[in-house]
Amino acid sequence: MYRIVYKEILNPTVTLMDIEAPKVAKKALPGQFIILRVDESGERIPLTVAGYNREAGTVRIIFQTVGATTKKLSVKCEGEYICDFVGPLGKPTELAGLKKVCIVGGGVGCAIALPIAQYLHEMGCIVHSIIGFRSKELLILKKEFEACSDKLTLMTDDGSTGRQGVVTLPLKEAIEAGEDYDEVITIGPLVMMKFVVETTRPYGVKTTVSMNPVMIDGTGMCGGCRLTVGGETKFACVDGPDFDGFLVDFDEAMMRSGMYSEFERHAYEKTCNLFKGAESNG
Amino acid sequence: MADRVLLKNPMPHQDPAVRRRNFSEVALGYTEEAALSEAARCLNCKNMPCVAGCPVNIRIPAFIKKVREGEFEEAYKIITESSSLPAVCGRVCPQENQCEKRCVRGIKGEAVGIGRLERFVADWHNEHCKDLPELPAQNGHKVAVVGSGPSGLTCAGDLAKRGYKVSVFEALHLAGGVLVYGIPEFRLPKAIVQKEIDTLKALGVEIETNVVIGKTVTVDELFDDGYEAVFIGSGAGLPRFMGIPGESLKGVYSANEFLTRNNLMKAYLEDSDTPVMKAKNVAVVGGGNVAMDAARTALRLGAENVYIVYRRSLEELPARREEVEHAMEEGVDFKLLNNPVRIIGYNNPLDRRDPRNGSVIGMECIKMELGEPDERGRRRPVKIPGSEFVIDVDCVIMSIGTSPNPLIKSTTDGLIVNEKGGIIVEEETGKTSREGVYAGGDAVTGAATVILAMGAGKTAAKAIDEYIMSK
Repeated sequence: MYRIVYKEILNPTVTLMDIEAPKVAKKALPGQFIILRVDESGERIPLTVAGYNREAGTVRIIFQTVGATTKKLSVKCEGEYICDFVGPLGKPTELAGLKKVCIVGGGVGCAIALPIAQYLHEMGCIVHSIIGFRSKELLILKKEFEACSDKLTLMTDDGSTGRQGVVTLPLKEAIEAGEDYDEVITIGPLVMMKFVVETTRPYGVKTTVSMNPVMIDGTGMCGGCRLTVGGETKFACVDGPDFDGFLVDFDEAMMRSGMYSEFERHAYEKTCNLFKGAESNG
Repeated sequence: MADRVLLKNPMPHQDPAVRRRNFSEVALGYTEEAALSEAARCLNCKNMPCVAGCPVNIRIPAFIKKVREGEFEEAYKIITESSSLPAVCGRVCPQENQCEKRCVRGIKGEAVGIGRLERFVADWHNEHCKDLPELPAQNGHKVAVVGSGPSGLTCAGDLAKRGYKVSVFEALHLAGGVLVYGIPEFRLPKAIVQKEIDTLKALGVEIETNVVIGKTVTVDELFDDGYEAVFIGSGAGLPRFMGIPGESLKGVYSANEFLTRNNLMKAYLEDSDTPVMKAKNVAVVGGGNVAMDAARTALRLGAENVYIVYRRSLEELPARREEVEHAMEEGVDFKLLNNPVRIIGYNNPLDRRDPRNGSVIGMECIKMELGEPDERGRRRPVKIPGSEFVIDVDCVIMSIGTSPNPLIKSTTDGLIVNEKGGIIVEEETGKTSREGVYAGGDAVTGAATVILAMGAGKTAAKAIDEYIMSK
């Protein structure tokens, strides 16, 4: 069992938790992920690590309530336990030697982009961050990004805070203005990463994407997380989760990510009704 | 005097028409009468050919003699001298190619039902003897075992019996390896696996789940923590795909994924949070035991038609005969001498956002015929030009093998693997290229059987004992 030592609600759908898992905390690096199970009948879900504290032995996760499992997790309180927590899995993001990087995060993906930005900042790399959200209510981690970015651009779809528009807009402007990034690292919804890649491709700026496909064991056994990268079948759990964005078949990944959407919708509604019932009874 | 009956006492089974829709165990096990009658068929041969056919060399005639005398607990003790998982082996070993293949009774008539008797003895013990074994005298030495599948559990059990303090590290949340994620409930009830694991725990074996060796902890760190030897039984790894168009469509599974969802994650139960596709028409590609398990699982999830698509003929099917017969009785349709060419997906040209886009709607196959034998002596399947046809399916399960797990080799210096990724070991000892590190099971051989993995675990336990004692 793994204790939730800290919980913070970042916005109506995004929750932060620090989980006591000393062995994982000791090894985790930016870009790696963990797999957790909330309870005995729970499914295994992968979450990319959003931070770690080696001394305290805790691993930070930040997740959006999108389905039954994340709903169950989001109602757990500080001091309560989750059933399973294993990692760190996958390869860490390759950051050695980078001098100037643009981090492009979208929505809850910003939570995973943050430790990368912090790591780069600490090693003396110039960090430009572009973070995008649907609206002001969904904004998370702005202060944290400010602290580790040499330049921060905030975008919202509706213009309720920051600049209105998509993240690719300032990215394209920066590249055209002559910002010579060694690399662009992007984490967010598949469709956003696809367009980031389409933005950088004409300029040939190396672009790394972080993939988060359907996964079960996360240790290279089931093959559920397969992707087509450069025409080859790759497994996100052992070959990734980071890949060269220019080579990833995003259309296929988007299609595959919808495989259980119907099941997930039912399970989510069932879980929500369960909690609603509990709330009205309590 | 041995019983002269030529045929084995039949194994009682659940009716195929009923069992094809439930997950309860198919084979029901011998009654005491059947066991006594079957034991009476053993000739108790002096040279014991059956023992040589057993990868862990169970003293077969000796345990059968005890069964015949009605001393079932004594029979159990004899089996457990050599095997840590008798209730498992009695169910899933391919006895027809091992002990029973060498049985003298098989020359004229059927071999003694050794596997069925082993199962009877183990089940009798589990039902009647609730006491767990006592903790053996400790010798003060520590050994780490990576993976809690058949090879790891066997190695752990054997070392624990010799007095070692053994820690088993399991990557998943549940111990048992392929016994829990791979082999379905209807063939190997999970309660039985749990019982065998509890017995090992009573012997002092510690099992720590949620630890991925090579990631959470490395092999080097295990040595730093005071373990004097490490056994790697990390099992099968990434599933193979055919490399044909359409393998990324929605509705295409590897057998590993499909079975893991059902067995480990219990997706077939109402209250499980893990989804699995409940398809109407399912094609399973491949002809091994895993393919049979996948096909029969698909039936139990409610499929109307389940096909086994295999490129050779019935004779070459690598699955156990018994599994093939069970699948046929349950209504699995064997499309033999066929090979998939591509998987066809739904595509609505008018609506790119149609959620059905990318879902499997069919699989194109080509008919095959058998040509010249290949290097292994199996006749090579050859395509019959122009014989392509499409079968209507909404789910395809690829069951064409796996390659060894890649995680440990990438994080352990000095561990040499072969071109397929299998850890290279000395066959007689399980010793790897790295001092103090031993390996066995699918991590070495690629996909093989439970009992071969157990044999490798046993061999390594003996070698580890000799290695530590000689230090």
